[in-house]
Amino acid sequence: MPKDNETIDAQPRKKLVQVKHLKQYFNPGKPNEVKAIDDISFDIYEGETFGLVGESGSGKSTTGRSIIRLYKPTSGEILFNGKDISKIKHRDMLEFRREMQMIFQDPYASLNPRMKVKDIIAEGLDVHHLVKNDQERDARVNELLNLVGLSHDHATRYPHEFSGGQRQRIGIARALAVQPRFIIADEPISALDVSIQAQVVNLLREIQQEQNLTYLFIAHDLSMVKYISDRIAVMHNGRLMELSTADEVYNHPLHPYTKSLLSAVPLPDPMYERSRRRKDYDSSIEFDGKPRTLK
Amino acid sequence: MEKILDVKNLKINFSTFAGQVQAIRDVSFHLNKGETLAIVGESGSGKSVTVRSIMALLANNAHIDGGEIDFKGQDILKMSPREIEKIRGNDISMIFQDPMTSLDPTMPIGKQVAEPLLIHGSMNHANAMARAEEVLKLVGIDNAKNRMKDYPHQFSGGQRQRIVIAIAIVNYPEILLADEPTTALDVTIQAQIIDLMKDLQHKIGTSIIFITHDLGVVAGIADRVAVMYAGKIIEYGTVDEIFYDPKHPYTWGLLNSMPTLDTSSKRLYAIPGTPPNLLDPPAGDAFAPRNPYTMEIDHEAMPPFFKVTDTHYAATWLLHPDAPQVDPPLAIKKRQAEYRELLASGQIGSHKAKEVDQNA
Repeated sequence: MPKDNETIDAQPRKKLVQVKHLKQYFNPGKPNEVKAIDDISFDIYEGETFGLVGESGSGKSTTGRSIIRLYKPTSGEILFNGKDISKIKHRDMLEFRREMQMIFQDPYASLNPRMKVKDIIAEGLDVHHLVKNDQERDARVNELLNLVGLSHDHATRYPHEFSGGQRQRIGIARALAVQPRFIIADEPISALDVSIQAQVVNLLREIQQEQNLTYLFIAHDLSMVKYISDRIAVMHNGRLMELSTADEVYNHPLHPYTKSLLSAVPLPDPMYERSRRRKDYDSSIEFDGKPRTLK
Repeated sequence: MEKILDVKNLKINFSTFAGQVQAIRDVSFHLNKGETLAIVGESGSGKSVTVRSIMALLANNAHIDGGEIDFKGQDILKMSPREIEKIRGNDISMIFQDPMTSLDPTMPIGKQVAEPLLIHGSMNHANAMARAEEVLKLVGIDNAKNRMKDYPHQFSGGQRQRIVIAIAIVNYPEILLADEPTTALDVTIQAQIIDLMKDLQHKIGTSIIFITHDLGVVAGIADRVAVMYAGKIIEYGTVDEIFYDPKHPYTWGLLNSMPTLDTSSKRLYAIPGTPPNLLDPPAGDAFAPRNPYTMEIDHEAMPPFFKVTDTHYAATWLLHPDAPQVDPPLAIKKRQAEYRELLASGQIGSHKAKEVDQNA
């Protein structure tokens, strides 16, 4: 419908992150060269949740780590808020790090066991000089604890005193402390129990609405990704296979790899499971160089 | 159907610095020959401890404070370590969760697969290696003959889990205990491993106890399901009964908090709160503080099992004749409606048929 397109064009959404022809090779030129990311491009719009799914080894975590500048790209560029992140000067790095935060997969390994919860959460506040005194610091920590559904008497405890779901909430509070615009969540729920996963996903969604955050949500659990994402990209062997809205990717997948991946997702429905047929995928079509058309 | 394993009134406590953790609080279940029983529950619900007790693999600070585990007319809990060693890895074997840490990194995989055969003295070395190769082929390791001398690090995660399964089935065990065998794997590899286990069950007639917290996997593999919460089984029944006609509010919550591909609502149902501390378990229904349908009696007395059908039991006061009628969540009502339709159209065998089967 051209009319709809016009209205969309009239108010173009702002691109917060642009990935252009990104390549990330490890050990380039050596016999053990690994092409972790092989020429991918996509944009993430402000305020949306962009889901990135793929199997282990597909390059989805490497993509997240490249965007937050933990790696130097082999080639290609990543723009954040219109600026090339590899050209950010040293003195502007602090500000970049504040705007972009990460939530990690393993809530057991990603919190320092020898720091109190309030110091874990406030570390970013200290680094970025966002609070003037201890009083303000404690107030801000309490505010964050409330935001993620913990209480202020948790502040003086250590990470080992918390369950996995609670630790993940601490990880989220830590990421939010510095008021970022963009959060990369790398498999934030895959280490959690089913009943706790839903709690954390709902929390991430609420906070997004309150603070107008943009998420890159990396996961291999496709049913959860569909839930939280506006658009989804499917990665395999370091390349993008398919990118569309969450509904399109789920209900009308085009790429045979996406179809194969979806056919492997088990659902809590015995009748469906009895009739489910897995679709095999032959990855050679990614490399055979033959042109393809939409069927 | 013949019962191959019968666990009765099992109670297990752990001594910790903080006190006695009541990990298993009176658990009873049985395993029929040739079936797959899935035990579902959150971490800390006691599902792993239950199966480890069957293998006598509990930590030193665990005490078994009651109950029996009946295997072929013998109580496993009363056996000497020697007697248990004869059973372990022979009649009953186990697939562990993490394929990365459950293999010996310094031993070629062929030798690791053949080890149970050699330990149980059922074969000489050459025959054991031949059987190991055969089993590795069976679990789908390509070029098994040449890969026997390779080490675990030379295999991918999915292949390693296949090797772990090969070790578990090399003696053609009567019971296979699988403790979250696919949790560490990708969905595509997970689907392959589950197909493999179903196929193997068909070929060697093993009974399987499958532990997981993933209800999707359960729907695909289980014949019967037991749901555990806070050290107790709270509901059990056939896979159709548990998924289409669940009775316990905890089972409702679990099924409701899983996103399905057709759910369009933007907010997921989440069970509020966290599981209770088993250092000091509540007197009543352990799920009561998180239960939106809670009644006064839930806090006072532990609910007994109420019979739903001959194969389906649930421990919730809601099934008591005096309890008020409650409205289950919408998603559960949909499942129940679907179930009635399936039963009426004969697409699912009614439980009556299965009951006859069991008594035979």
